[in-house]
Amino acid sequence: MAQFRIPGPLRRLSDGQVTVAVEANDLASAIDALDARYPGFRDRLLDEKGELRQFVNVYLNDEDVRLGSGLQAKVGERDEISIVPAVAGG
Amino acid sequence: MPKLLGLRCRECGAEYELQATHVCEMCFGPLDAVYDQAALKKIVSRSRIEQGPSSMWRYCDLLPVEDSVAVVTLGEGFTPLVKAERLGAELGLRNLYLKNDSMNPTNSFKDRVVSVAISWARAHGFETIACASTGNLANAVAAYAARAGLECFVFIPIDLEPAKVAAISVFDPNLVAVRGNYDDVNRLCSQLIESTPWAFCNINIRPFYAEGSKTLTFETAEQLGWKLPDEIIIPIASGCQFVRHRQAVRELIEYGLVRGERVPAFTGAQALGCAPVYNAFHSDNPDRVLPVKPDTIAKSIAIGNPSDGVYVNRIARETGGVVEAVTEEEIVDAIRLLARTEGIFTETAGGVTIGVLAKLARAGRWKGDETVVAYVTGHGLKTADVLASANGHSSKRVEIDPTMKSFREKVSIS
Repeated sequence: MAQFRIPGPLRRLSDGQVTVAVEANDLASAIDALDARYPGFRDRLLDEKGELRQFVNVYLNDEDVRLGSGLQAKVGERDEISIVPAVAGG
Repeated sequence: MPKLLGLRCRECGAEYELQATHVCEMCFGPLDAVYDQAALKKIVSRSRIEQGPSSMWRYCDLLPVEDSVAVVTLGEGFTPLVKAERLGAELGLRNLYLKNDSMNPTNSFKDRVVSVAISWARAHGFETIACASTGNLANAVAAYAARAGLECFVFIPIDLEPAKVAAISVFDPNLVAVRGNYDDVNRLCSQLIESTPWAFCNINIRPFYAEGSKTLTFETAEQLGWKLPDEIIIPIASGCQFVRHRQAVRELIEYGLVRGERVPAFTGAQALGCAPVYNAFHSDNPDRVLPVKPDTIAKSIAIGNPSDGVYVNRIARETGGVVEAVTEEEIVDAIRLLARTEGIFTETAGGVTIGVLAKLARAGRWKGDETVVAYVTGHGLKTADVLASANGHSSKRVEIDPTMKSFREKVSIS
């Protein structure tokens, strides 16, 4: 199963879990699965149009998904999906 | 009485206690320091500032460090604002000024933000200071950590310019060269904040760090005789300082420090080789800044995923500014133009700023009598290698034997 890495600010939603395993084929369905297990994640990660929120970066195996296929990015069994707050640096 | 009240989310307004955190738990928006404005209004005045030290700490009332804190300082800020007569003449600008922030202790504007960040961190019990950096920040952090006697970890992209690596290393920090670009370094550090008890200047203590940038604009207004310019040209990396400069203008007006209330146009400068904010500004949706993979000699501003990019575009639009970008060749040309006309040697990021200034001036953006200020944020010796690789030797260079004959043969003195 693919593993989400949950950042500190969102761990209240995941009962303190740092990693959460989900069954999914692509990033969109992975987020759905995460939200089904811990309700609230979908709202935090996606805006009203269903796109990734401005201040959320998601990395699939260290690659920024916005540089690739976005929410359609294929997710494999051993993939790691990191959610990282975007406001940092500079 | 403490002047800081807490932190507030710029997006949703959620409030937080003062602490080392930078992200809203509700919406992931950025957190800003909140001051007791009513209390500050009673004490902030021009004369109080003018009686302060000849450093940026003359504006200490407007910085997020309480009066009781001993600040970590190397005399940063209060850098020269020079009237650029000769550059102005070339560009058709009669009131062009350069804020020469390469005159800071480690030769970039980063000394301002780091002095605030480390002062805050030391006062709040942190023993280790860290940062993710494109070079200038690491340089400042290493120097100020040495000054403060704190442990230091700096994270840099592996391909940083040799001059910057040397200028960082001399202060003996723990230097971590990451195989990746700045955005990779920044992501790693964003994850590290959860497993280290460190103060990352530009991450978990960013709300305090960022505030130091305001002093550049405070000084510009004071040095113009407590007046605001018509337009300010600012280089854009993450956009963090751009946003703070807008806030600085708000405060200058709010506290009655400047004459008039007309907000300057805020114009941003990027290198085309890393122009995510420029791309968005000129797209159908400036509120969606898409990341890019940086490829530019202006490494100090090569951030492909700029955290404050959206705010830059909003501010530029609201104030009548623009976001413009220049080619690699234009960057080098601008470095030479500034050096040749004003005697100021700036790094590639400064080349971007001056390049954009020149491009806009030549395109007829100004009538000629506007007061335009360009922020020159780093020294040329930091990136001198780009001049060597781009035929850096002067076109007026000759080699001669140590004889009068050879001199007369090779050199024409009219």
